[in-house]
Amino acid sequence: MRRKLLGALALVVMALFSVPVFAHHGSAGLDSSKKVVLKGVVTEWRWQNPHSILKFDVKSDDGTIVHWSAEANNPADMVERGWTAHSIKVGDEITVTVNPVKNGAPVGRIVQVVLPDGRTLGNSYTSAETGH
Amino acid sequence: MRRHSLVLVGLLAFVTFGFMEAARSQRSQQSGATDNTQKAPSAPAPSHDISGIWSPARGPGAGIQANGVAAMPDDGKPEHTPPYSAAGLKALQAHKPLYGQRAVFPSNLSNDPRDECDPLGFPRADFYQIRYEQFVQTDREIVVLYEYEKRWRSIWLDRELPKEVPDTRWYGYSVGKWADDNTLVVQTIGFNGEPRAWLDETGRPISDEAKVEERFHRGDHDSMDWTVTIDDPQMYTKPWVAMNKFPMKLEPKDFDIWGTYQQEMICAPSDIKAYNDSIGGSEYESK
Repeated sequence: MRRKLLGALALVVMALFSVPVFAHHGSAGLDSSKKVVLKGVVTEWRWQNPHSILKFDVKSDDGTIVHWSAEANNPADMVERGWTAHSIKVGDEITVTVNPVKNGAPVGRIVQVVLPDGRTLGNSYTSAETGH
Repeated sequence: MRRHSLVLVGLLAFVTFGFMEAARSQRSQQSGATDNTQKAPSAPAPSHDISGIWSPARGPGAGIQANGVAAMPDDGKPEHTPPYSAAGLKALQAHKPLYGQRAVFPSNLSNDPRDECDPLGFPRADFYQIRYEQFVQTDREIVVLYEYEKRWRSIWLDRELPKEVPDTRWYGYSVGKWADDNTLVVQTIGFNGEPRAWLDETGRPISDEAKVEERFHRGDHDSMDWTVTIDDPQMYTKPWVAMNKFPMKLEPKDFDIWGTYQQEMICAPSDIKAYNDSIGGSEYESK
């Protein structure tokens, strides 16, 4: 019961905080219903239009390194969510939650990032934002 | 148990809204915005003056218009279908948009000139990413500063609209006349149309024969509505309304539209390439 109520509250909060994205591309390639949580090390962070780009390396169970790429929002919207160009630095150890692409490639759209100092930056999207 | 849960939700809601208010207050301080909820009723509109920084009254989401022009979204409803001519339908079919009923997938099938970082041109500039828009007014002209791409155009106040212009251009040739104290009617001709520029995100066409009318009506000091009518005999069989009294609100004079807080929305080819190489390419979207 408590979990359901908290979930409902979380949805309300996400809706209230959401502002639209720089709609650049379709989102049909994403599995928006799925979330993957990844711990990795930042290799590149581009604060840019149409969407900021985060690249990070994730060590898999067998020790191999998987190079992930994930899109955030555009800077005009990101600042509304508390982000800046300097929120993330190369070498940071972060935990990233993404909506992955459907084809299984290590690519996705950022839901949130937990920074080394424990702060969480959100990047929630709504259908109104993405135009779908 | 249920009572405890409700109390918990109430507390969380209280904390959440407190946090939101703090965040909003911080943003207001950063942006120079003031708290509109504390304002007294708006003063009357000044005469013959639409200068200032304006934003969609319903929030920035209303101005993005990702699924087509605000009054006629491309949602499949018959009442939202513009009156295409045969030439208009042919041009529409040639356009491969990323949004609307005819959205293509994967994205690299799209031929939207916007994705090449071409200028949006007019009137598409009115129908895409309207977040903050500044009007700088003199006796001679009103300069419209669009946030997207940091583009601008002039609305001339001191002359008549010519029957035609010698050369077309991305943002056309605009002349404005005051219909009354608080209503400015702007006619625009001579802009690049098909095939270089689209009307909106969903690939609706516009031709260089079109005349576009914008009607800015300032109801009071802090609010204005904006109507845009498309008259394009080549692409459409009759004029139609693309934005219908779209509500805009006035931002404070010191709003930090181009300053340290607000971010640029520039389409840089190198950024587009980086994005497509990392995220938006075939790897992202292949089935």
